[in-house]
Amino acid sequence: MNNTARAIPRNFDVAAVRREFPVLARTVHGKPLCYLDNGASAQRPRAVIDAVDEYERRHHANIHRGVHTLSQEATALYEGARDKVVRFINARSRHEIVFLRGTTEAINLVAQSYGRPTLRVGDEVLITHLEHHANIVPWQMLCEQTGARLVVAPIDERGEVHADAVERLMSERTRILAFAHISNALGTVLPVRRLTAAARARGIVTVIDGAQAIAHTPVDVQELGCDFYAFSGHKMFAPTGIGVLYGREALLERMPPWQGGGDMILTVSFGKTVYNALPHKFEAGTPNISGVVGLGAAIDFLHSLDLGAAHAHEHALLDHASAALGAIAGLRIIGTAAHKSSLISFVLEGVHPHDLGTILDGDGIAIRTGHHCAMPVVEFFKVPATARATFAFYNTFEEIERLAEATARARALIAPDGPR
Amino acid sequence: MQLTDLYRDVILDHNRRPRNFGPLEPADATAEGVNPLCGDRLTLRLKLAQDRIEEIRFEGQGCAISTASASLMTEAVKGKSREQAMELFDRVHRLLTDDAADADDAERLGKLAALSGVREYPARVKCASLCWHTLVSALKSPGALETPISTE
Repeated sequence: MNNTARAIPRNFDVAAVRREFPVLARTVHGKPLCYLDNGASAQRPRAVIDAVDEYERRHHANIHRGVHTLSQEATALYEGARDKVVRFINARSRHEIVFLRGTTEAINLVAQSYGRPTLRVGDEVLITHLEHHANIVPWQMLCEQTGARLVVAPIDERGEVHADAVERLMSERTRILAFAHISNALGTVLPVRRLTAAARARGIVTVIDGAQAIAHTPVDVQELGCDFYAFSGHKMFAPTGIGVLYGREALLERMPPWQGGGDMILTVSFGKTVYNALPHKFEAGTPNISGVVGLGAAIDFLHSLDLGAAHAHEHALLDHASAALGAIAGLRIIGTAAHKSSLISFVLEGVHPHDLGTILDGDGIAIRTGHHCAMPVVEFFKVPATARATFAFYNTFEEIERLAEATARARALIAPDGPR
Repeated sequence: MQLTDLYRDVILDHNRRPRNFGPLEPADATAEGVNPLCGDRLTLRLKLAQDRIEEIRFEGQGCAISTASASLMTEAVKGKSREQAMELFDRVHRLLTDDAADADDAERLGKLAALSGVREYPARVKCASLCWHTLVSALKSPGALETPISTE
């Protein structure tokens, strides 16, 4: 996959894919939009926009309740999308797919519903140094509540997580190992299978933050061997406000509900309430039905592409961007792991990332700047913030050249003779 | 919207060669400003002679807008009384946020008027205003506060 050749896989027609995304046709400050902030949120294809629109116009009603036609149609769309998620990540059954607001809510659910009743004083939760705040803070809160201890596995100067370094930190008291599939700040792809295997051998429950991975690499939860896998719809071309928690059925079965309310019960009396079966036990209240419909449409859209070719294209974009940006004087790429996703974080000597972000926006180029909700990472690399470009399969080599050219111009404007 | 309105020569110059940059010991008043999302951070130190800002210096790191704004501010308030500095704060605040701020007002602000381009970039107003809010804090509570000032 690591070919530096610029050849786009023949069976991947970028121009045709771009036509499916209406927003890519717009201009920003008079320039064609160059959207390189896919890691923060990806854009929507027509298929998703239309599916949500059709649902709102024709099928909306509450689910799992009425006997009337609309309620049945909405229920079929909602539960049909759950089946699509099952196939998309190769879960064993519908019972293992819980719809939530996003990755953040999914991790919090695991911390509170699995972790809180399970952990004892002196137990340990093991994470890594490159985690997003959403995979740090819920565990800190859990540790505060239970008296457990948070243990952090190191990264090296390339932004790599070494499986043996993580294994060395697994102790008799480690109960949970939580880590990103792909780092949102560095692009590092973690050695998932080795980590889950090592954890399984010691009876440690694994939680994977899949937010950055779900759209950029095949995810097969059985093959990855994890207990929990969390991801968000909006990073895989679906609407915001919808996400998924995959959990092994045996674990979900044991866990108490997270929130109480309608839909998560079978019977309620003031003496006793009987909880609903999986996955409804974890879906209290009226859910984000249109979001789920959009997520189902996004999965159908992804299946309509040659995903292998799409991912190969993203890798070619990464290689091209690493070379093009790497050639700019004073530019330092932050995160140079051997296995990287289509994400490139960098700092430019003498130019603060926020100035770069503003200058690129003037050219219609959207990137992310800041600490990327991973403050321990930027602190590790001793930078106040970074600029980050993240590529999706609809990005082009020309866009990367625009990025490199505008970045070089920003340096000439702000720091013409290097840093002050 | 023109980038050259934001990154005027005065701004670029004060970013590259910030004035009154460095430590100030001993100081009569200290305050810290931090915008964690941006990664902007500055420490402001003042020497006061009765009611007058006799000396003012800043340290830290930030984007061109926040650095230039702090540099311009130190030049503008040095020698001013507390009351004059607070008055200036109000006028700069209007300049940064109020579209109706008139040209005469901008003229009276002298070099500080170079910051008016920020108005067109709502996401960057917090960068330009961080040092000013930090100054107000230093004047009102001369001991460094436990929680730094933020404009995010």
